[in-house]
Amino acid sequence: MTATEHTEPLNKQALKRQARTQQRNELSLSLPAFILVGSLVLVPIGWLFWLSIYGADGFTAENYIRLLHPSYKKTLITTFELAFLVTGLCILLGYPLAYLASQLKPRMASLVLLCVLFPFWTSLLVRTYAWLVLLQRRGLINTWLMDMGLIDAPLKLAHNFTGTTIGMVHIMLPFFVLPLYASMKTVDLSLLKAAANLGASPVKAFWQIYVPLTLSGLGAGVILVFVLSLGFYVTPALLGGGRVMMWAMQIERSMAVYADWGAASALGVVLLVMTLGILWAFARLTGAMSSVEGK
Amino acid sequence: MHDVNKSTGPVSTGPDVASGRGRALPISVKSLTKTYGAFNALNNVSIDIRSGEFMTLLGPSGSGKTTLLMVLAGFVRPDSGSVLFGDDEVLLLPPHKRDIGMVFQNYALFPHMTVAENLAYPLKLRSIGKSERQDRVNRALDLVQLGGLGDRGIDALSGGQRQRVALARAVIFEPRILLMDEPLSALDKNLREQMQFEVRALHDRLGITTVYVTHDQREALTMSDRIAVINDGQIQQVDPPQRLYERPKTFFVASFIGETYRLPVDVTNGTASLFGQPIKTGGPLESTALQQALILRPEMLQIADGGPGPDENQMTGTLRQTVFQGDSIVSYISIHGDHEIAVRSQHRSNQTLPVPGSQVRLSWLIQDTVILPEDDQT
Amino acid sequence: MWNKPATDTQVTHLQRLWLYILCTLVLLFLVMPTLLVIPMSFSDSRYLSFPPESWSLRWYRAYFSSAEWLQATAVSFKVAFLTMILATTTGTLASYGLHTTRARLGKYMMVLLTMPMIIPVILLAVGIFLTFAPVGLNSTIGGLVLAHTVLAIPLVMITVTAGLKNFDINQEMVARSMGASRPWAFLTVTLPQIRNSVLSGALLAFIISLDEVVIALLIAGGDKATLTRRMFLALRDEIDPTIAAISTLLIVFSIVMLALSQFLQSKK
Repeated sequence: MTATEHTEPLNKQALKRQARTQQRNELSLSLPAFILVGSLVLVPIGWLFWLSIYGADGFTAENYIRLLHPSYKKTLITTFELAFLVTGLCILLGYPLAYLASQLKPRMASLVLLCVLFPFWTSLLVRTYAWLVLLQRRGLINTWLMDMGLIDAPLKLAHNFTGTTIGMVHIMLPFFVLPLYASMKTVDLSLLKAAANLGASPVKAFWQIYVPLTLSGLGAGVILVFVLSLGFYVTPALLGGGRVMMWAMQIERSMAVYADWGAASALGVVLLVMTLGILWAFARLTGAMSSVEGK
Repeated sequence: MHDVNKSTGPVSTGPDVASGRGRALPISVKSLTKTYGAFNALNNVSIDIRSGEFMTLLGPSGSGKTTLLMVLAGFVRPDSGSVLFGDDEVLLLPPHKRDIGMVFQNYALFPHMTVAENLAYPLKLRSIGKSERQDRVNRALDLVQLGGLGDRGIDALSGGQRQRVALARAVIFEPRILLMDEPLSALDKNLREQMQFEVRALHDRLGITTVYVTHDQREALTMSDRIAVINDGQIQQVDPPQRLYERPKTFFVASFIGETYRLPVDVTNGTASLFGQPIKTGGPLESTALQQALILRPEMLQIADGGPGPDENQMTGTLRQTVFQGDSIVSYISIHGDHEIAVRSQHRSNQTLPVPGSQVRLSWLIQDTVILPEDDQT
Repeated sequence: MWNKPATDTQVTHLQRLWLYILCTLVLLFLVMPTLLVIPMSFSDSRYLSFPPESWSLRWYRAYFSSAEWLQATAVSFKVAFLTMILATTTGTLASYGLHTTRARLGKYMMVLLTMPMIIPVILLAVGIFLTFAPVGLNSTIGGLVLAHTVLAIPLVMITVTAGLKNFDINQEMVARSMGASRPWAFLTVTLPQIRNSVLSGALLAFIISLDEVVIALLIAGGDKATLTRRMFLALRDEIDPTIAAISTLLIVFSIVMLALSQFLQSKK
């Protein structure tokens, strides 16, 4: 045993080397995915950012100053209006649904969930098309309402803000209900019994106990729907009939119609910053909340 | 048994250590250190495990016993140190080249394979032909009394049966070393006690060097050749069960194994005294510290009628309460005011118990006298 | 039965009637529009009505005799299939690597790889168009597959990581202790047990690619137009009832996929 006269701790360097190799190997498994995402998402977005601040004459804020033009402002307002409206309607329709579904017996609950999942798996275009057929001037809803004698002239339901809102709520509702349902399933219902025992009416117990406990799921649903709505393209483009100009459509138009890369990239950067900003704020908020709750 | 000299593992390049029975190998661990951030999971751990020995690593959760086992298995890479299997340094070998059998707490049986397929898995890896494979699977099943259950799915087995399959799977490829991580903790008490004997019997039959991790002191005392008590990432004491119980070297070992009470003693010139009364010890004290403690176990004390015998120490106290526990009687006695200790005595039907409040003499053998220096951790 | 309590706090079914009615209406709102397309696709008239005044397979014939629609369908399925393969392999590898590693970089990598899910698709589309233009990948199958794969990787990773979290990693360790190398232990022990998660992820990748509109709109022109791109353009101009027939076929396909995914879920 002469080799044990180490000044260094035994095998320290070799172990360190091995640990590094192992970490490198494990990380290299995500390399193919990283190359794809990096070259098709991260680099292009960096490029877009560059295009938005660097024009023919060097660095410029011109592209962003142009966004203050009234037509862009109108787009911004429309986009936020729609996002808020859709989110609000999702809460109104989705919260009761998730609430009831979370309390149903397994068989009924899975039926309800299937109804929520079905649109999720059906093509977005197919669903938007369905609403077009239902809502258009000579569509099903107008025909039925006129047949029943409730209205004399067809209502303007499609190709405007109303139609877009209906279609968007339909698209977004599953995104809202699923996380909410998941969080409601974890609520301990005996807390409501305890509240009743302490003298709270069912309505009071609901607002004071149940709703606060589902806030994290509600928040996740709200943020998801809001952020997706901000950047939505397909449904407004079809159901809006060109009358509803959303942020995403503005981007596509700047690029495809006017080949104006400066405007398109500036619009894109603003949309990205808004989206990531909202997500970041939400993450901070829930992080703070869960640290208060001591989870 | 089968041909024990057959090369079954990818690692049999080193010198075949012919030691005792079978292919058992000694394990020599030197100066292992592992930190997770600021937490010392292993703090300069060294231990030698003899060839064919049943060594138990005993300690509370978070003590580092499982970390040590995982270092032996190769699933945890320490910061520094050395692990020899025989004469071979294995610390830098990946787990699959160490040739060890392993049993996990939750058995880790493969649910997508039948019992026989589970057992054949390590044999297939060693390219053992189909007929020999079948042969060895059947023999292994017989070894753990599961003959005929080879076609069962894992879901169709009871807890005890799963335990046996896991055990059979860990030894079927004749590894040089068997590692077990709390393998019996998921079983109920009766089955656990039965399996303790079965595991030990299997070890004796195969003569394989076994390292067994548990937090259950009773299990450790029942099964082991030697026990290594671990706490805070350090080995406190390595000794055979009886010695560990009778001559604990630290407070931690004394309190972790069995029931112990402590009384403060003053030490002057190598002589200990309990509340002013000198205590005889079997040998010289290990420490010269002025404040030390006398370690007492309830069953080593006796309520005495007369003065101390030549081989006894004695003290007096006030009987507070006696509790009848069927096979034994436990008396709670306060010594010198606020120190309470318990004495356990055998129950005899014609015994008359002292009345609570009365003075009693307690005697214990000089050879049972353990005095340890107060340490800072307790 | 309406007077029986529905909750532990003795709220009766009658008191909750409004909730039942509201939820039924919401469920109808979610399901009915899509399902109404099916009978309407069998209508004989240009103006779709329900119930159709006379039945025919006119629009299905129109679809199956249109070389353009069929070509677009072929492109879509080809792209979806290749996307599924590419996204599932790269996504599963990455999930496994990031699930098992203790490297600090792993956490950031996970965030990075799920980025495509939170970035608005229109931005991805513009960026990808920009990147593909100089290398000539616009309007190619390969370009579409790469773009859709990026979109699908986060979903594959989320499903597979969920599967890995339920998997007992001790099993892989025990396999390695018995002599299996790490890749072999993964293939023979881990993969068979997270199989359903991987398949669910693959299904999602397929559907994501098949349904994708925005990226295809920007980068898939000419004879590499996908089905959704053609449908979108057709819908923007006028409502061609052939789309009802295509939609019906797609709905049937979705139901099969949904059933498959539910089956995989129940087996987990």
